[in-house]
Amino acid sequence: MNRNLAFGAGLTAVFVLAALISFAWVPQDVTQMDIANKIRPPSPAHPLGTDHFGRDILSMIMVGARTSIAVALVAVGIGMGLGVPLGLAAAARKGGWLDEVIMRANDLVFAFPSLLIAIMITAIFGASALNAIIAIGIFNIPVFARLTRSGALSLWTRDFVLAARVAGKGAARISFEHILPNVTNLLIVQGTIQFSLGILAEAGLSYVGLGAQPPTPSWGRMLADSQTMVSFAPHMALFPGLAILLTVLGLNLMGDGLRDLLDPRLRRDRQ
Amino acid sequence: MLRFALKRLMSLVVTLWVASLVIFLSLEVVPGDPAAFMLGLNAQEDTLAALRDELGLNKGPVERYTDWVGGMLVGDFGTSYTYRTPVSRMILDRVQVSLPLALYALTLSTLIAFPAGIWAAARRGKPTDIVVMGITQLGVAIPNFWFAMLMVLVFAINLRWFNAGGFAGWDAGFFPAMKSLTLPAIALALPQASILARVMRSSLLDTLNEDFIRTARAKGLSRRQALWRHALRNALIPVLTIIGLQFAFLLAGAIIIENVFFLPGLGRLVFQAISARDLIVVESVVMLLVFAVVLVNFLVDLAYAAVDPRLRGRR
Repeated sequence: MNRNLAFGAGLTAVFVLAALISFAWVPQDVTQMDIANKIRPPSPAHPLGTDHFGRDILSMIMVGARTSIAVALVAVGIGMGLGVPLGLAAAARKGGWLDEVIMRANDLVFAFPSLLIAIMITAIFGASALNAIIAIGIFNIPVFARLTRSGALSLWTRDFVLAARVAGKGAARISFEHILPNVTNLLIVQGTIQFSLGILAEAGLSYVGLGAQPPTPSWGRMLADSQTMVSFAPHMALFPGLAILLTVLGLNLMGDGLRDLLDPRLRRDRQ
Repeated sequence: MLRFALKRLMSLVVTLWVASLVIFLSLEVVPGDPAAFMLGLNAQEDTLAALRDELGLNKGPVERYTDWVGGMLVGDFGTSYTYRTPVSRMILDRVQVSLPLALYALTLSTLIAFPAGIWAAARRGKPTDIVVMGITQLGVAIPNFWFAMLMVLVFAINLRWFNAGGFAGWDAGFFPAMKSLTLPAIALALPQASILARVMRSSLLDTLNEDFIRTARAKGLSRRQALWRHALRNALIPVLTIIGLQFAFLLAGAIIIENVFFLPGLGRLVFQAISARDLIVVESVVMLLVFAVVLVNFLVDLAYAAVDPRLRGRR
């Protein structure tokens, strides 16, 4: 078992578990204000302290994990759900007009400064978790389309695909029955990486006020709230930031580990 | 070479044209009338009509689109709805912050990444390699606006070496201006440097496996000499691609860092313009940034094709 994978999966599991547990139980209700106990440093009653409304930061981080994970997961889902079929279609009709249109559309999306457009989308259609998902998801589509296409192209020249064609299968059936299973490894690794990028993007958007709206806790907005109080309440800025850092780190390490595990050719080079 | 350049130029023009359509159309669907937004709730109907007329909002979408694109081609980016000043002048003001910031961050990132990547590759598998790679993992995972806040806490609030935000302005002199860009530039550079160092390392390791390195070693060069004289130059191509992409990203992607430090840059301009429904500013600045990204990629592609003939046939 490789070390990156074990450590990364462990870190990720901690935050996924925290999010899941928060559905059933949190140390303190996150919609409950307790002004008498506001801005308290960490203590036995509040292991990570309280914020400017007296809310328990540990509870906020647990519920915030839900927002981050849900947004990033659905955004990856959008990217895969649309990008993979597009990539398969482009590879099946390589050099045709469909391939050309798909690849040029991809170039176009890559030409837009992604964060700026995400901000534009959320500003146009209103700031909400759903619009943040769409904004992040759109930029995942070309990533998966391009990856699927390049993986699929090399498979189309292989003998087992030729055999399937001789057997009379059409391009669509070959794509789904023979090509797709063989690019799954690539997709899993890339999915992990896009997941971590999605968490960073969601944090950035909610930091500037364009992600999930109050009272839904989100890590990015916790950081935004803490900014003016950072000089006398550093714990308010420290813990949400650490939560983002550790989740993203866990996912990245997991991605690296999975790549080594799923692609034995790379094992020798990477070490 | 000329054919390749022309083909790339054609695709650049088409990309820009489609991008302009996408930007224009997506802002067409924005709810809200800019004129009503500017005059407030109690505006008279005839005042509103006069303002709409003045802003050109009564014209059809086709005419407004051609006016906009035609104007940009001759350097006229329109007039801001809210500030009543030419958008081109607003952009010029903001570029004075965004461009130096991007260049500063890119310089820092390169200065950190090159030695780190080369060092790690040269000591592959040794403790230094593992430590450098561990640090880059943290650098990629850290949200840069959080890192910026922590730097403000340490270097501005506790140590008082820097201001917590704002831009001194170039009138205050070169060094005060650069000083106010230093923390933002470091915050932007850290994740970029981490990515670049990783690319540098893996590209160098790939090159070190090539036959010509074995030949060089067989001729009696030490591993270090082979790395510096032969491998480094050949490993630079993917590194340069990433630098090109990062420059474009830094120019447009500094929006959140600009918010942390209250810097009057391009990103902040768009952000403020969106909330004020100042659509002409949003359209023009986003178009300009897309142009910058596409142009940088175009130049990088041309530079490669000039250096490496194998790349001309690709794509």
